[in-house]
Amino acid sequence: MLLTVIYLLASVSFILGLKMLSNPASARKGNLIAAAGMGLAILGTIFLYEESDGTRLGNYGWIFGGLIIGTIIGTLAAKKVKMTAMPEMVSLFNGMGGACAALISITEFNHLAETLHQPHDVQLGEIFPASAAYSAWVGKSIVILAGLIIGSVSFSGSVIAWGKLNGKIHDFAFKGQHLINGLLFLVLLGLAGWIAGVYENANTTVFYVLLILSLLYGVFFVLPIGGADMPVVISLLNSFTGVAAACGGFLYNNKAMLTGGILVGAAGTLLTILMCKAMNRSLLNVLIGSFGGHAGGVAAAKSQGNYKEITLSDTAILLTYAHKVMIVPGYGLAVAQAQHACHELEKLLTEKGVEVRYAIHPVAGRMPGHMNVLLAEADVDYDQLLEMEAANEQFSTTDVVLVLGANDVVNPAAKTDPASPIYGMPILEVELAKNCIVNKRSMKPGYAGIENELFFQPKTSMLFGDAKKVLESISTEIKNL
Amino acid sequence: METLLEKIALHQDYIYIVVLMIFLGIEVIGRVPSVLHTPLMSGANAIHGVVIIGAIIVMGKADPSNYLALGLGFLAVILGTLNVVGGFVVTDRMLEMFRHKQK
Repeated sequence: MLLTVIYLLASVSFILGLKMLSNPASARKGNLIAAAGMGLAILGTIFLYEESDGTRLGNYGWIFGGLIIGTIIGTLAAKKVKMTAMPEMVSLFNGMGGACAALISITEFNHLAETLHQPHDVQLGEIFPASAAYSAWVGKSIVILAGLIIGSVSFSGSVIAWGKLNGKIHDFAFKGQHLINGLLFLVLLGLAGWIAGVYENANTTVFYVLLILSLLYGVFFVLPIGGADMPVVISLLNSFTGVAAACGGFLYNNKAMLTGGILVGAAGTLLTILMCKAMNRSLLNVLIGSFGGHAGGVAAAKSQGNYKEITLSDTAILLTYAHKVMIVPGYGLAVAQAQHACHELEKLLTEKGVEVRYAIHPVAGRMPGHMNVLLAEADVDYDQLLEMEAANEQFSTTDVVLVLGANDVVNPAAKTDPASPIYGMPILEVELAKNCIVNKRSMKPGYAGIENELFFQPKTSMLFGDAKKVLESISTEIKNL
Repeated sequence: METLLEKIALHQDYIYIVVLMIFLGIEVIGRVPSVLHTPLMSGANAIHGVVIIGAIIVMGKADPSNYLALGLGFLAVILGTLNVVGGFVVTDRMLEMFRHKQK
């Protein structure tokens, strides 16, 4: 009885938490509320859960052992991770959830198969009420199999996404891969249907084949998708895990699991679509078009232009005597851990009477909001961050744009070149400003693997080097002026 | 057809929950400023860690002589806890910085 109330409270805390997370002022409290609800649900389950026949849970040693180990590793990992590696970390935690759902399905399926195949005189009708025997098997096995497939795909997909983001795994696509993926998906559905359809099939060999194929599918699903699209994939896998958790909710008649899972499933799907919209592409296009894999031809032809370099002291002078400076941060800033150096420069310029703003592209970095988190870490004032639309209105009155390790989000080809793979993506129109200084480590193309004609425009000057070192040097130069 | 309708009638409370939660999930996220997308994804990630409840039930029900079930359940509890604890701690770390800066 009490447990029902606890689960209700937990469900409400998840909804409330998610709602408060959508407002900067209440976000932190929302997170804590959801966490408190989760803690309550976990403790309640351990101490109050009863089977329908009244038996309590056992194996407390194992349960607490697992909880303690998981808490220690999870806390350490979450506290130690660098802000730049946040997307990878989220992906990895998401994979853990998927794996957890898959493991639950494996155990429950074994349990179900054993119950069905006990050789002694237990008749099927005694396990399930006779008339409902078959439909109970079908219902239960569908939920178990769905949890297995979705959880496994989410797990192996998240691990691949994690590897791609930290550079351990590279884009890999072969001819006909989409066909194979499609076939594999049909095989998964067919096998699952076959197992669920006939209960003599409660045999674990086929079940494990299904497990392996599901894991493979997750790998094949994520491998051909370009690294630049990983945020979309992580968000999608996040919602997958939500659905897998909801399967557990059906299995155990557990409303907290059900509400939490479906809530995340729906919210995650919408977030995925919002992210695709920010890039002006459809979800299907992201999943099918192996982005960046075949852009070489067009790009190579354009890379012949001339670009000019600018020295550190010239940059310092240009920035100091500008009225308005717009900083465009990108993944390069994150990689170089240059957010603090960037804030120092901004404070220095503000002291000199320069108006400094940040232009944040929605997909700059590796995740929406990635740049906001990073700059917030460096104490950058909230009011100085401009979203794309607001920034685009101000570029024409801006004297100097400083692009820090951003590339595709300022590539004019998105507006002018219909052959470009990023054609149609809204960009920051930095070429409207009087001057544009681009800091990059080299002339290598960005994540999408395409050339950027912005670098060859007469208004643009290149400033090569690691973002952090460059920013620190500029700050020193300005102090010495 | 008859049996399908029967099923729907039998499980109507679940169907209501699923449908309402889908709308709620969309509604709640629809108004999020893009600034908060990363923390929000991370927070949602922690919430689906509720799957840990299933892992605890599996673990608690396991027959102490069935080592396969014990092992799988134990692993599931560890992974689920990682998802929950790691997810909430990471989210809190991100949001801590937001708050800090607003002063």
